[in-house]
Amino acid sequence: MSAATLPRQESMEPQTQLASMTRPLLVILPFAILLLAASVLPDWAVQVPKGWTIPFVDWANTVIGHLRDDAIFGLFSFRDLTRGIAELITWPLAFVEGLLVAGFPKLGIAAMPWVMTAGLSGVLGWYLKDWRLGALAAGCVAYMAIFGKWELSMITLSVVLVAAPIAGLIGFGIGILAVKKQWFEALIVPLLNVLQSLPHFSYLIPIAVFIGVGHKAGTIATVIFAIPPMARLTILGLKGVAEEVREAGKMAGCTRFQTLWMVEIPAARQPLLVGVNQVIMQCLAMVVIASFVGARGLGHDLLFRLQALKIGQALESGVAIVLMAITLDQLSRAAAHKQPAHAATDATLLERFPFLAAALAVIAASLLLAAITPYAQAWPAELALSTAPFWDALVDWITLTLYDPLQYLRNAMLLYVLIPIRDLFQSIPWTAMVALVAAAGWSLGGLRLSLTVSGFVLFIAFAGYWERSLITAYMVTVAVLLCIAIGLPIGIWASRSERRTGIAKLLCDTFQTFPSFIYLIPVIMLFKVGDVAAISAIIIYAMIPIVRYTIFGLRNVPQEIVEAGITSGCTQRQLLWNIRMPLAFPEIMLGINQTIMFALFMVIIAAFIGTKDIGQEIFRALTFNDAGKGLVLGLCVAFMGLTADQLITAWATKRKQRLGLA
Amino acid sequence: MSKFTKSASMATIMAFAAGTAFAQDSTDVIKIPTHNWSSQIVGAHIVGKLLEKGGAKVEYVSADSQVVYTALCEGDVSLVHEVWEGAFGVAFQKVVKEGCVVDAATHDAKTREEWWYPTYVEEVCPGLPAWEALNACADKFATAETAPKGRFLGGPVDWLKHDAERVEALAMNFEVVNAGSSAALWAELESAFKRKEPIVLFNWTPNFVEALYDGKFVEFPAFDPKCKDDPAWGSNKELSYDCGNPKDGYLKIAAWKEFPTKWPKAYAILQKINFSNMDIAVQAKLADIDNMEPEAAADKWLADNEARWKAWLGSAS
Repeated sequence: MSAATLPRQESMEPQTQLASMTRPLLVILPFAILLLAASVLPDWAVQVPKGWTIPFVDWANTVIGHLRDDAIFGLFSFRDLTRGIAELITWPLAFVEGLLVAGFPKLGIAAMPWVMTAGLSGVLGWYLKDWRLGALAAGCVAYMAIFGKWELSMITLSVVLVAAPIAGLIGFGIGILAVKKQWFEALIVPLLNVLQSLPHFSYLIPIAVFIGVGHKAGTIATVIFAIPPMARLTILGLKGVAEEVREAGKMAGCTRFQTLWMVEIPAARQPLLVGVNQVIMQCLAMVVIASFVGARGLGHDLLFRLQALKIGQALESGVAIVLMAITLDQLSRAAAHKQPAHAATDATLLERFPFLAAALAVIAASLLLAAITPYAQAWPAELALSTAPFWDALVDWITLTLYDPLQYLRNAMLLYVLIPIRDLFQSIPWTAMVALVAAAGWSLGGLRLSLTVSGFVLFIAFAGYWERSLITAYMVTVAVLLCIAIGLPIGIWASRSERRTGIAKLLCDTFQTFPSFIYLIPVIMLFKVGDVAAISAIIIYAMIPIVRYTIFGLRNVPQEIVEAGITSGCTQRQLLWNIRMPLAFPEIMLGINQTIMFALFMVIIAAFIGTKDIGQEIFRALTFNDAGKGLVLGLCVAFMGLTADQLITAWATKRKQRLGLA
Repeated sequence: MSKFTKSASMATIMAFAAGTAFAQDSTDVIKIPTHNWSSQIVGAHIVGKLLEKGGAKVEYVSADSQVVYTALCEGDVSLVHEVWEGAFGVAFQKVVKEGCVVDAATHDAKTREEWWYPTYVEEVCPGLPAWEALNACADKFATAETAPKGRFLGGPVDWLKHDAERVEALAMNFEVVNAGSSAALWAELESAFKRKEPIVLFNWTPNFVEALYDGKFVEFPAFDPKCKDDPAWGSNKELSYDCGNPKDGYLKIAAWKEFPTKWPKAYAILQKINFSNMDIAVQAKLADIDNMEPEAAADKWLADNEARWKAWLGSAS
């Protein structure tokens, strides 16, 4: 597509044209030769010989064993240290939980009545943006109470309210240090990359060893997952501060600390607040996974209901998580966009602090209400509404009506698409894969990129799980291709008007925050345990970024260029394919990059359905309490993601430069 | 180590309990894990309430049923009261061997894990539950990718069930497809049950599924320890696993290695606790069919079985 859409540019630069013809060929050629020659290649060049496996797993276990048992700090071990630190989190957790739901029985103080929580959320929304946001916030809180999810959702909310600030502060600190100290940035950025693409499940055993299980461990797991985005956005934000601003600070005689605190950080306020928003979303994405190591709340409830096949009730908990995510997302976004306001100095107290006054009024009114009627303190369980029967009926209807037609689709997919592709993938010699990745890296980013990405692939090959990695690669590849085939047209359609964009964004937000475990059950009911079910589950989740980025890319095409197209008499079709798409293409590629990341995340969760890939091995490591194996397998998945990420980012940057967009 | 603790728990505990009658339990909280299936959660609350009646302080910790053995080894949870031979036997034996977990007691409940089908399958496949009859109508269970062979939905691979070996040894017309979790098994069963589609899958008892769906286990040649190791045993002289699974797998209570010394009184109660198949089925029913909250279900069970648990507590104090 790219070659067809840029004839003009290529005719102007004959040399680039030659390069653009031969380069892809040079990248594919060694791979194609090795693949076709697989049958005549010696065995060692096709399958990684058992004897060549590097014992990464044993090394990892040795390190973990050492940290766990040996007193490396003189009197205590690393494990004692981490557990000691983890203990600290119980205090804020107990406090917030006491405030929101549990109360403080020792002091004889009850928890906040639900009307107070709802009212205060409303005031906060109003303060940050407008009365609509206030109504949304208050409404979502009321939903939790009226639909009988009060206790669970407030426990989950307190985990988020404790974990998010801690993760935010740590990430912020890491970011500042990385910006100020070159060596630290060189160390931390690759580490952040790996941490962000490591499957969540390979963390769980180390967390069980070094922190333990329980609510506190779940909260800490949440903190750990939420740190990387904050660190990244802090680095991005501080680096983006204009040099002029910094110099203005210097001229005003700022010390280094003052430059940081009073110049750079306020100037980077927006990206920092986007970071905070990402931290909160990450915390909510962890709700279900954290329950594997003992976090209480909605996540645990959801897994328990799913296990007992109470799909309706599980969905209800899922909806509560989505509502909480949407509310917190909107509130934190509003905070990011809010500009500091100043009241006139001669205003009355009420005029100067209208929101404080409103909050006080809410507190007084709700305490009064709670004293009059117990319904305002805690919504009675027998009056709780439930949408579960509706969801159950919906799932029933879908399985009964759609099952038969979908079977044709399933069988055709399996027999004519999936099984042939799987067989093809499994016949790829590892040498061919290394050759392909190395050549692609060389062509897109030179020797350095080539060495990095082939290093990733070599690690996967010699870690001893090559065949399983190929199955993971096959599922991710098929899923990503289908995501593009479905997501791209949706994105194009949605980018046509403001209203459609709004709808698509809302759907994307909902599907992204919906706990992905819920997709697993209906997908099995429709497609049976197997590759079709696993790939469908991956598609539902991984399609989100491609739709988002397509919309974003198409809508952000510079208006002048589009108008230039219209004046030269382009048809709608030409406008799309010859102007908008080529210009949006780098953005779309980044969307595909994200889609790959999402697919790699989901492919591991799809092991719950039943796969024969790395995900299954990670679960086995979980069963046998093998932390080292879990980590090494996790690294294999992370390196797959990073290989794709590095290549695509290099490509998109290059392309953007050629198009004059970057 | 494990031998030592086992014999200690088997034979000397009565003497131990009597001899240390003055020893006081630690005031530390006993942590009881809850997993994500109903009978276990109800049972955990029953165990917790009984230990509380014996004077202990307890706390419930939700933990994944696989991760929990790491936690038990570290002392982050103090006991696991539903150790299934089939699903968790391997993980349990590993931590017992490491010496950080003791085998505290064995329930009366016998667990059985086997190929299972819903009753309506008998209409299309006469002669069930004999495995030969199942094999004769294997094509009824075929799907596009397994045809002409039948499809058997097995449990997760890490449960080490040797289904594929059995299919080979008995020359069955089946292909084993492994689900990734028990939830996946139930989802497929639920879908097939609604459409009355023939299905044969891995199942076990005691289990909440028996309360929801009517069905039977397939009868394979009876299990014999030799069947596992000695190829000459059984109908196939060259291959092992030409038999069914044992019909009486254990259900155990595991405790952290320091439990017996830290909370001797509570440990004595723990060793008395004994659930039967009926108990587990009732616990599941209270939660899954009657939709009671786990705590209320535990209270109901305690109220209905007062004489039994009084005896467990009585002989311990």
